[in-house]
Amino acid sequence: MSNKPKGKLALYWAASCGGCEIAVLAIDDKILKVAEAFDIVLWPCAADGKVHDIEKMADQSIDLCLFNGGIRTSEQEYMAQLLRRKSKVLVALGSCANEGCIPGLGNLNTRKEVFDTVYKEGSSTVPENPQDVRPQAETEMPEGTLHLPVFYDTLKTLAQTVDVDYFLPGCPPEAENIWTALVAILEGKLPPKGSVIGVNTTVCDECKRTRHEKKIKKFYRTWQIIPDEETCLLEQGLMCCGIATRAGCGALCPKVNSPCIGCHGGNDGVDDYGARLMSGVASVIDSNDPDEIDQIISEGIPDPVGTFYRFSLASSELRRKKKVAAE
Amino acid sequence: MAEKIGIYVCHCGSNIAGTVDVEEVARWAGVNVKDVVISKDYKFMCSSLGQQMIEDDIKKEGLTGVVVGACSPHLHEKTFRATCSRAGLNPFLCQMTNLREHVSWVNSDKEAGTVKAKSLISAAAERVKHQAPLEPMRVKVNPATLVVGGGIAGLQATLELADAGYHVYLVEREPSIGGHMAQFDKTFPTLDCSACILTPKMSEVGQHENVTMLTYSELEEVSGSVGNFKVKIRKKARYVNYDKCTGCGICVEKCPRKVIDDVFEVGMGHRKAIYTPFPQAVPRVPVIDTANCTYFTKGKCQVCSKICPTAAIDYEQQDEIVELEVGNIIMATGWKLFDCKKIPQYGYGRLANVYTNMEFERLCNAAGPTNGKIVLRDGKTEPKSVAIIHCVGSRDVKTNPYCSSVCCMAALKLEHLILEKTKAEVYAFYIDMRTPMKEYEEFYQRLLEEGVHFVRGKVAEVTDAARMPDEQGKLIVQVEDTLVGKQRRIPVDMVVLMGAIEPQADAKEIGLKCGISCSMAGWYTERHPKLDPVATMTDGVFVAGVCQGPKDIPASVAQGAAAAARVQGMITKGEVLIEPIVASINEEGCSGCRICNTMCPYNAIEFDEEKNVSRVITALCKGCGTCVAACPAGVITGAHFNNEQIFAEIEGILWDAKPQTEKKELQTAK
Repeated sequence: MSNKPKGKLALYWAASCGGCEIAVLAIDDKILKVAEAFDIVLWPCAADGKVHDIEKMADQSIDLCLFNGGIRTSEQEYMAQLLRRKSKVLVALGSCANEGCIPGLGNLNTRKEVFDTVYKEGSSTVPENPQDVRPQAETEMPEGTLHLPVFYDTLKTLAQTVDVDYFLPGCPPEAENIWTALVAILEGKLPPKGSVIGVNTTVCDECKRTRHEKKIKKFYRTWQIIPDEETCLLEQGLMCCGIATRAGCGALCPKVNSPCIGCHGGNDGVDDYGARLMSGVASVIDSNDPDEIDQIISEGIPDPVGTFYRFSLASSELRRKKKVAAE
Repeated sequence: MAEKIGIYVCHCGSNIAGTVDVEEVARWAGVNVKDVVISKDYKFMCSSLGQQMIEDDIKKEGLTGVVVGACSPHLHEKTFRATCSRAGLNPFLCQMTNLREHVSWVNSDKEAGTVKAKSLISAAAERVKHQAPLEPMRVKVNPATLVVGGGIAGLQATLELADAGYHVYLVEREPSIGGHMAQFDKTFPTLDCSACILTPKMSEVGQHENVTMLTYSELEEVSGSVGNFKVKIRKKARYVNYDKCTGCGICVEKCPRKVIDDVFEVGMGHRKAIYTPFPQAVPRVPVIDTANCTYFTKGKCQVCSKICPTAAIDYEQQDEIVELEVGNIIMATGWKLFDCKKIPQYGYGRLANVYTNMEFERLCNAAGPTNGKIVLRDGKTEPKSVAIIHCVGSRDVKTNPYCSSVCCMAALKLEHLILEKTKAEVYAFYIDMRTPMKEYEEFYQRLLEEGVHFVRGKVAEVTDAARMPDEQGKLIVQVEDTLVGKQRRIPVDMVVLMGAIEPQADAKEIGLKCGISCSMAGWYTERHPKLDPVATMTDGVFVAGVCQGPKDIPASVAQGAAAAARVQGMITKGEVLIEPIVASINEEGCSGCRICNTMCPYNAIEFDEEKNVSRVITALCKGCGTCVAACPAGVITGAHFNNEQIFAEIEGILWDAKPQTEKKELQTAK
C-alpha cells in the first residue's frame, strides 16, 4: 500500500447518528495505515478541514469520499453535490446514506409534524418556546440576513441526490467490512460501479441455527420470550429479518439470541426490501383463515412499517407517507 | 446486438378491427415504439399467409423479437411460436398480446379500444426485448393412465386403453362400476336393455389384465405434471377383505339389517347393511355401511363375519391411501340429478305420487323394487293416467339456464314404457321438443303415433287440491297449453319430473386437484369448445362424458374413446415437451432459510441439507411463481417472468402516463 503516492480522502456525515464515524475508527490501529495511504482533506468528526478549502479544490481531486447519512437539509444536499464533484470515488457508507435508515422513518411525517414535535409538543421544549419560534431559512436582523439550512419535507438517500459509485451497508457497517472495502479501493480491485461492496446472500447463510420448513402461528416481541439458542428465531415466532437481509455481519444479532433487524438491507436484485421481507414472512404464516391471519399479524407485528421498513423506508418504492395536502 | 422488433396486429376479421383501429395501432407502433423496425396489420394473422409474412420478415429483417397482437395466447401462442421457430427465431422471443378478449370483445368505444391496444402492444414490445431464448425440456411419458369415474364414459376409455395394451387404474367412488347407466331400464331410441349392453363391458373391465380397479375409492391428491403424475387415491374401508372375498353373497343374504337404498335404488328399494349395489355389480365384493350396520352401531351381531366361508370380513379395516404413478388422467366423473324439491310447486317430496325420472327408471326396471311393474307409492295400484313434466330444473333462469339435452328423449322413452306396460293415458308437458340426433326425431314420431298427449307449455303447478268432482283424489297439473292458447287442469294419478342433469357437487373441488377448471354451470372446461373437446388446459388431463356437459350415452362413449385415443397418442410418442417456463434458484445466493419449502403447490422444491440450499426440481415445476415472490433474498428467478421483463412490460403499458421528468428521477433513485 505504502509505496504508492498518497491519495486524498474525505469523510462526511449528513443526517446520521455518528455511529458510522465510530465504525471507521473501530478498524483500530489500521487507521494508521489509512493515514499512511491518504491525506485526510475533510473529516469534521475527527480532523480539521474547511468547506471552502474543498470548494477550491479541482474537480475529481479527492480520490475517495466516504459519505454517511441521509439528505434532509439544503446544507447536506450541497455537501453531497460538492463532494460528488470533487471525488473520483464516492461511497455511501452505512444504512443512512444507503437507505435512509432511522432518520428516513421521519418520512412517515411531514416537516410540520416533525417541527411540532420538536419545537412545540416535546416535553422539554414547550415551556422554553412560548412564542412558537421555529427555524427559518432566512432571518432578517439589523446586521443583515441570517441563513439556516432548509429542512426538507422528505429525507432522501445519497443515491437519490447524487450519483454514487459504491455502497457499503450496515448500521453501522462492520469495521472489518470497512477495512475490506478500503483495501479493495486502494488496490483498485473494485467491483462494477454501482455495486454493493459485500456478499450477495442473506443472514441465514451465516447463521448457525437449525432450520426446518417454516410454519408460524404466532409472532412474539423480543421481550415476551427467551428463545432457544439452537433453532431458527423466525421459526420460534420472533420477527427475524435475516431471511431477507444481506449477509456480511456474520449473523451478529442471531448469534446473541436476538433477531436480525435488517440493517444491511436487501440483496442484489431486490427492489423493495420491505415488500420482499413481507412476502417472505406472509408465505409462512400458518393459517388460511383471513380473520386468524389478521389477528396473528396485528398482535405480533404492531408496527409493520417499523418492522419491515425500519431501515429502508426512504429508499423503498413507498419513499414516504402520502402527502394529504401541501404544507 | 441492437434489438429489431417486428409488430403484427391482427384484424381477426372484424373481431378486433370492429372496435380497434388496427391500422392506426400498427402505424403508431412503427413510429413510436423504440427498436421497432417493422409494424404491420393483417386480416388474419393466424392464416398461412399471415404466418408466412412473419416468417419472411424474420429472415429478411433479422428480427430479434416478434410481437403478435391478436387473440388469446391460449388459442394461438403455439401457432406463432411455431412460426418464429420455423424462421429460426427462438419461440420464446415471440410475445402475444390479447387485443380480442382483453380489448375488442370487452369494449365498444373504438377510440378507447385503440388507445388500450397501443398500450398492450407497447408493453409486449418492451417486454420482448428482455425475453431470453428458452429450450423446452423433454420428459418421458409414463404409459399408465388414471381414469376417474366408472360410468360408461370412463369404462369406454378404460377398455380402449387396456385393449391397446396399456395399464389403466380405474377409480370409482361407489362400491361398483357402472354409473348411472346401470340404473336405467331401457335406452333410447332403440329400447335395448341398458344393463344388457352395459354389464358385458363392466365384467370385461373387471377381468381385464391391464386394468386395476379401485372401487369405493376417491381421488385424494394429484401432483407432478403431464407424463409423470403422482396420484394419491383414498381406498375407503369396505370392511371386507378384497383378496379373500369370493363374491358368493352369502353375507348379504344373511345380514339381518335392511335399509333403504338411497343411491342405486334412489330410495325406491332396500338393501342390506352389507351390500353390493346391484346383482351384476363389479366387483362382487360387498361393503359394510357402518352407519347402519348393527355391529358398528350397537357392537353386536357379526352375522356376516360368522357366516363368511373365507373369513373375509374385517371390522378393523381402515381407509388406505394408494399412491400411483401415471402419465395421463382422464376425468369421467359424470353427473347428479337436480334436486326436484327446489321447485316446490311441483310437489316432489310432498305429494306421494310425484316421482323423479330416476325413481321412475327404477320402477320400470325389471330388476328394480317392483320387478318392473309401474305402480303408485302404495305398491299395488296401477296408474290410469301419468303426466311427464319436461325441463324440471333445466332451461330455467331460477335453477339451471342450460338444456340438459337428453331429457326429452328420456321422457319419450319413459312415455313409451308406460304405454307398453300399462293402460294409462300419458300426458307429456314440454317447452320445446328437442330430438336432434340420429333416429331421435323418428322415435318422437313413433310416440306421437302411439298416442301420447303432448301438451306444449311450462307446468305452473302440480296440486292435490281438487276443484271439480273428477279431480278428487287426483294430482292436478295446471298448465297453459300454448298451442291451444288456454289454461288447462289435467287430473292424473302419477307425475314424473324430468329432473335436470347437474354437475357433481364436488366437481370443482376434484377438478382443482388436477388443475382443471369448470364453466359457470360447473362443467369441466375443455381446451377448445369445438376443436379440442376432450383435452383441457392442463396437459395430460382429459375429460369425457357428462362431466364436460350434458350428453347422451353414444356421445359419452365417443368422448371416452376420444380421450383414450388422445392418451394413446401421448403414450406412443413416448415423450412430451415441457415448457421451460420454470423457476430456478441461484444456489450461490440461497441462504437456506427454507421460506420457499412449504410454498410450492407442486412439491417441486427440495432442501439439500448438506449444502444448506433449496433447489427446484425442474420436471415438477409449473412456473407458477409462488416461490419467486416468496424468496426473501430475491434469488429465485422465474424464467420468462423475471423482474426485468415485468418492469419493462409495466413501463411499456404506461407509455402515455408517465411524465419524462419523473422517469429520470426514478432512474437515478435506483
